[in-house]
Formats: sequence, structure tokens, C-alpha cells
Amino acid sequence: MALYSNAPASYADHTSAPIEHRFNPYSDNGGSILAIAGKDFSVIAGDTRQSEGYNIQTRYARKVWQLTDKAVLATNGFAADGNNFVKRVKQRLEWYEHAHHKPMGLKSIARMIQTMLYAKRFFPYYVYNILGGIEEDGSGAVYSFDPVGSYEREACRAAGAAQSLIQPFLDNQIYFKNQTPETGSEPFIPGNLPLSTVLSLVVDSFTSATERHIEVGDGMEIYVVMNKGRTTDDLLDKKKLGPGMEVEELGALGEGGGERTFLVRAALKRD
Amino acid sequence: MWKQRSPGQSSFNDYNTFPLPQTQRVQPSYAHGPTFHTQQPLVTGTSVLGIKFDKGVMIAADNLASYGSLARFRDIQRLHPLGQHTLIGVAGDMSDYQWLQKELDALLREEDALALTDSHPSLSPKNIYQLLSNLFYARRSKMNPVWNAVLVGGWDKVKAESFLAYVDLLGTTYTAPTLATGFGAHLAQPLLREAYEAKAGIDGTGPLLTQEEAEKVLEDCMKVLFYRDARSINKFQIATITAEGSTISDSKSADTYWAFAEGLRGYGAQTQ
Repeated sequence: MALYSNAPASYADHTSAPIEHRFNPYSDNGGSILAIAGKDFSVIAGDTRQSEGYNIQTRYARKVWQLTDKAVLATNGFAADGNNFVKRVKQRLEWYEHAHHKPMGLKSIARMIQTMLYAKRFFPYYVYNILGGIEEDGSGAVYSFDPVGSYEREACRAAGAAQSLIQPFLDNQIYFKNQTPETGSEPFIPGNLPLSTVLSLVVDSFTSATERHIEVGDGMEIYVVMNKGRTTDDLLDKKKLGPGMEVEELGALGEGGGERTFLVRAALKRD
Repeated sequence: MWKQRSPGQSSFNDYNTFPLPQTQRVQPSYAHGPTFHTQQPLVTGTSVLGIKFDKGVMIAADNLASYGSLARFRDIQRLHPLGQHTLIGVAGDMSDYQWLQKELDALLREEDALALTDSHPSLSPKNIYQLLSNLFYARRSKMNPVWNAVLVGGWDKVKAESFLAYVDLLGTTYTAPTLATGFGAHLAQPLLREAYEAKAGIDGTGPLLTQEEAEKVLEDCMKVLFYRDARSINKFQIATITAEGSTISDSKSADTYWAFAEGLRGYGAQTQ
């Protein structure tokens, strides 16, 4: 070893130097979600594909979750974070119900989600959340969040892999951007479209995103939350639903305040 | 914790576990800045495959534990039963796998002891899967991952149906009627899906594969993996979990065909 008492750099022992390698705790599991608010209903939807890179991990993984009788949450981004975030939100909702003997209201859930996301500001949940449901005044509402908790109430929002494909379409169809009413006719007001129109927009959004985005497809789950007393004819009428679509009413989670939640399932292309 | 190597010391440590660079990785924080839990997998197992069939679920894994590109341990069992009706197949770091075995076996022993004294229900495959999911996600959140990808196969006695699910070092979880980790996700998963959907249909409502058919497709997949995955070996085991319990086959190999290689001329020294 004396020969190398002043060993040249090239002889340096690589095994004793710290190896520059850091574990990446995040992944992107693709997929897309969206929500649209109506006057007395809210629609929250997501596809069911879960992928990593070019691999489809499963063709059915849940991204949309019923939280209460009037709140549904859609999560998108890193699936492990999403699942664990939803788990903790549900736990907090249960604690709230034990403490106050009533379910948490929608706007309170929205504020709670902000706090929970921001609590992990420096090791964030890599998740885009969209919360939809019925507000205390009976109106349909959509709240959208970024991964660290910034949020706002909107008439509609798309997020996830196909956000850039879907959101411009919704801007045009829901917010009537780049549309002008005929002279003398009523001005457009966002958030007043009938349920059948909204459902068609949701289905078209996902079938189009499936065509042009490889991470979107397999199936979709559309949750419809309706205010109490609202007619369900426009949803349950089989003729209004496309072929292969199935509706199921989800029973009340709590005592039931009269709001009703329906789950519409439809197939998407699998290629 | 580990003996520090002084400059000029040979590449062998006191235990002759050559070269085991990990012995140097846990260092006092003052030596090379802050210490990270972060590891890299060292002795690794490659793909694990899983498929549901009409009476249960099957999981396959080969017997190799590689040290980088060296086929280091060629008789390692990567299938591990947990109780009567659950079994895991593990890819990734083999020392993390052995730690997992130890922890899970201890837990199951405790559960068995409880089951003796009162009507304590045994852990279902789903219970064990949830435990693993929580463990893997908690460890990744501490930036100290359990460096494995695990398939959990089982038979749910209450629902009388088979169970097959995946969890990995990121805490990512999912279930599907056919599953594959690592290279198997690229090479075997398409073959498994094709075989599954040929009978069950794309919605999975048709009849499932029989035990013989499922075993055949797994053997074919293990052969394909041996042909193209350089970290695999032609020696594997298949575990079968049904309502009757789980069994692990003896090691077997696939019939391979290399005659075509005679005519190949590529890089390197040509002898003719």
C-alpha cells in the first residue's frame, strides 16, 4: 500500500464515499377527475385506471369517495397519498360526528381539508382534491384544492392527467367562455345547467380524454348528489342514460337529511 | 453500529461479507453530513406473479436472490405462508423480506396464542394486506422504505372468494385478478391478462381458469421471464391458495429451447 500512500483520485475508494442517491417517496398514478355543480345537485366523477409510467397497475381503483350524505371527494395524483388522505379525512369526520352529533357541513369539510393539506406543507400529500356536494343553503357546490391546501369554490373543475384536455372544454361549456348570447336574449349564467346536460358533458369529457390520453380509461364512476326534495326522474330515466351505463342509489350514511347520492358507472375504452 | 473501515484496510470486513458497501453507509452524522435512513436494495429478488383461478389464487416466484448482476443465492424461497389462508410473494430487497418474515411470523404467533384462549378470529388475507399497506406507507413516509414489492394472495373464508393484492415500498396498493411485480409487469402481465380474459371476459364475469390452466400460464410466464430477465433463474416455485389452505410446490424449471442460438452470430469473438 505504500506505493499508493498518496493515491491518485482515480483510485479513490468509491464504496466509502456517500453515494448520491435519494429515495423518491412520490409517484404519479395518472387518471383524471372532475366535478360540476348544478343549482340543486353536484356531479363528481373520476376514471378507474391506475397506472405508473406505461404500466396499467389495475383497471379498477377507486378515486371518488362518498364522505357524508352531502359530500363526495375525488382525489388524483399519488394514489398511496390519496388513499391515506381520504382515510384520515373520514376519521376526522367520524370524530366530528361523535363530538357534535351531526355530520360536518360541506364548507366545513372544505376548510378542514385545507388545514389537513397545509399541515403537511413541507412533505405534502401529492394529491389534487375536488370536493363536491350540497351546501347548507341547498345549492350544488364544488371546491377544488391544490396539494398544499389552496382552495376555492367554483362551478366546475377538472384535475389530473387530462386536466389540460378537459378544463378548456368545461370553461367553454360551463362558464360559456368564448360564447356570446344572441342579441336581445338572456345572458349566460354558469352553474344552472340541467342534470342531463351536465351528465352528457361529464361522459363526453372522459370519452374524449380516453381517446387522447394514455393514462385515462377503463371505466368511470360518476357520483350525483341531489338536494332534498329534488326530482330524480332526469337521472333514473333509462332513456336519458347512454348504453351500458348503470345507476345505483347509495343508501344514507347517517340519519339521512333527505339528500340522495347516486353512483353512475360506465365503461371506457381499455386501450 | 457497524465497524468503520479505516483507509487502506482491505475490501474484506471482519465477517468476509465481501464487499458489502452497506457496512459503510451508516456513519456518524458528523462524518459526511446528515445521516439518511435511505438505503438501496442490495440482495434482490426479481418478479413475482399472481393469478386468480376458479378455486383460489396462485403466486409464482423464482428461487434467485441476486447481488447486483451476480446470481448470488440460488435456492431462496420468496413465497411465505402467513397462517392457513394467506401467502405473500416478495420481490426487492431480501434482507427487508427476512425482516418482514420475522415480524409477521411473530405477529401470527401472538394471534395464534390469542385464538387458544377465546373466540379470537384469525387474521384474514385482507387484514394482513391492510397491515402491510399501513406498514409500507408509514415507512416510506419516514423516508425509510421497506424496499419490497409484495403480492398478497389468500382465501377469504367469510366471503368464500379468493384475494389477490399488491403493495410496494411507496405504499402504493391495488388489486386485480392478475398481478406482476418488476420485470413481470412488462413481460408476464400481458400474457396473464390475455389468458384470464380469454375465459373470464374483459368484465371478469365468465368462468375463471382451472387450476391446471392457471399453473400452465404461470409456468409459461416464468419461462418467458427466464429468457429475457437477466436477474432471473430457471428454478421457481408456485404457491396455491384455496379454501383448503395454501401449498407451495417444490422448485421446478421450465423446458427451454436454445437450438436457435446455434445459428446466431453477434458481437464478440467469432470462432467460425
